[in-house]
Amino acid sequence: MGQLSVRVAPRGAVVGGVLLLLMAGLWLIALWPGSDVMTPGAVLSTLGGHGSISDEAVVYSWQMPRAVTAIGVGMALGSAGAIFQGISRNPLGSPEIVGFTTGAATGALLSLTVLGTAALPTWLGALIGAAACAALIYLVAFNHGIRTGRLILVGIGCNAILLAVNSLLISRADFYDAKSAANWLIGSLDGRGWNHAIPVAIAVAVLLPLALGRAPALRMLEMGDEHARGLGLRVEGERLVLLVLGVALVSTAVTAAGPIAFVSLAAPHLAKLLTRSGTRPLLLSALMGSVLLQAADVAASRVTEHLLPVGVVTGLLGGCYLAWLVSRRAR
Amino acid sequence: MIGMPEPAVRAVRPRVRRHAVVLGAGLIALLAAAVLSVGIGSGDVGLGAAWHLMFSGQSGYDAAVVHSMRLPRTVLAVAAGAALAASGVLMQTLTRNPLADPGVFGVNAGASALVVMAISLFGLTGFTGYVWFGFLGAALASAVTFALGTRSGASSTPMRLALAGAAVSAALTAFTNAFVYFDTASFAQYRSWIVGSLAVPNATVVWQAVPFVAVGLIVALMLAAPLNALALGEDTGTALGSRTGRTRLLGVAVVVVLCGATTAAAGPIAFVGLAVPHLVRAFTGPDHRLLLPYCTVFAPLLVLLADIVGRVVLPNGEIQVAIMTALLGGPVFVLIARRKRLAEL
Repeated sequence: MGQLSVRVAPRGAVVGGVLLLLMAGLWLIALWPGSDVMTPGAVLSTLGGHGSISDEAVVYSWQMPRAVTAIGVGMALGSAGAIFQGISRNPLGSPEIVGFTTGAATGALLSLTVLGTAALPTWLGALIGAAACAALIYLVAFNHGIRTGRLILVGIGCNAILLAVNSLLISRADFYDAKSAANWLIGSLDGRGWNHAIPVAIAVAVLLPLALGRAPALRMLEMGDEHARGLGLRVEGERLVLLVLGVALVSTAVTAAGPIAFVSLAAPHLAKLLTRSGTRPLLLSALMGSVLLQAADVAASRVTEHLLPVGVVTGLLGGCYLAWLVSRRAR
Repeated sequence: MIGMPEPAVRAVRPRVRRHAVVLGAGLIALLAAAVLSVGIGSGDVGLGAAWHLMFSGQSGYDAAVVHSMRLPRTVLAVAAGAALAASGVLMQTLTRNPLADPGVFGVNAGASALVVMAISLFGLTGFTGYVWFGFLGAALASAVTFALGTRSGASSTPMRLALAGAAVSAALTAFTNAFVYFDTASFAQYRSWIVGSLAVPNATVVWQAVPFVAVGLIVALMLAAPLNALALGEDTGTALGSRTGRTRLLGVAVVVVLCGATTAAAGPIAFVGLAVPHLVRAFTGPDHRLLLPYCTVFAPLLVLLADIVGRVVLPNGEIQVAIMTALLGGPVFVLIARRKRLAEL
């Protein structure tokens, strides 16, 4: 039995191919800083190695890290959303609900309003916040072992507490600290350099294949615990591993870009609706998340005159698109 | 066969009595908390003096503190707690999703969006100016969600409703964020409204909101039995003769009225609508005829206690009720989630 057989659904493959093409196209568009800086042709020739030194600086130091971050964060958010919705068997079960992104926000807000970004950089605060929150939720939920249903409920409770703490921090801070905190909470890709892009890329490159390897387990979990156990799956163990992977992916995304709204909730639904499959496809959710975020970023920085934060665009466009799809579905 | 009804009746009476006792105890606790709430505060009016002033018809600074600050605040706490918890129960049943809270219909997002628009675009910086925009926003958002999420004969309506609500919420939140991001001047005003607080600048709003809440609660209690049928599922409910479409429509209308009035007066309070139904359901079970009355009694108790603590815990200033209910109720929710089996996810 030296063969590897992979079942590929034809419609899924087509959708995946289209999404990859969109990702590549949007990546190229994101590399172009605008016609008052460079022409598109100059971007292409820079990529080919024939650009001037200043053009190379613009493309490789300014535009590309942002474009790469958008892809990484989008894929992380999309796949994390599919994982959370799968293990909670709940269409609203995004990582935002169970509190990890709020924990990251608490850490970031502490650094923005209380400690000062000189003492604690925002991204580090976010990372520590997410990790501390995850550890806290796990410890509290551990009662003769871990049942993930209980874990999710404890997460919801902790989310509420941390949201209150965040409100407290913002309402007690002085005005400008509060404003920058509120801005960070919207989620943005502005000013993201290689120090954001590289960690995100590494994290996604490591975590996503791990998650994809567990995609069959996720599909079985979605069918229900009894069915999964009947198929020989170690339900609690698999669910816990998937949860850890989901948390790690979300923390990566939030650390790099702030809590960008809605991508992790919408991407799995959109992927599922496009492929008309019964379950949420993990890889396609990741690709869809990336396309959503890249499109939103291009719209936010190119189409609008003012520089809108990308979190606003994902919310607006993602919300309207999902609303339209929901109303259109005949089923 | 003849002897069968006897044990059943004997089993029902103690259960009903138990619930009556618990509810009665809850009401007494609620009354005590209300008394405390009128008597405690940052002014120098003590408990006995406050009650004397409430009924004596005197005027003066102390009487003003009692009449226009503490009394409306207490009333709003009771109204908001009952309204939010009842809406939470309705939301969770209508979307058949235990993760639903009133915000899931876009209620909070709609209220915030129109409030920030009123402040930013129409320049309505007075509280009474922008407050009822919150109601309008809540109503509009819910109407859109309802229109998107229901289709006659669709068997997957609960999930579509939840998804539609999430979509509408996201779009409206983004809309609000855009305003907050660009209009720094209105951020200050918005910042004071967005954290739900019972310290309303103008008490007239409370008295305007109370009738809405009262009507909404009455209709909600009348919906208890149809909601039980709806919770059994679309087909079973219809087979039992319940008009599920009408129940759903009325349910959404009640949520809009309850949440709209509360959010308009106090700002968005998120935690009560999500957590209190779970906590109460762990004790009463899923029967709405028990669930709703219990929520109407115990949620105000929670909100009142949270508000009282929020008033006294800091040496100067206070912690808003939205924060306090989450800080106090959150750990309780978490502890209960650890032990008992809350609603199946």
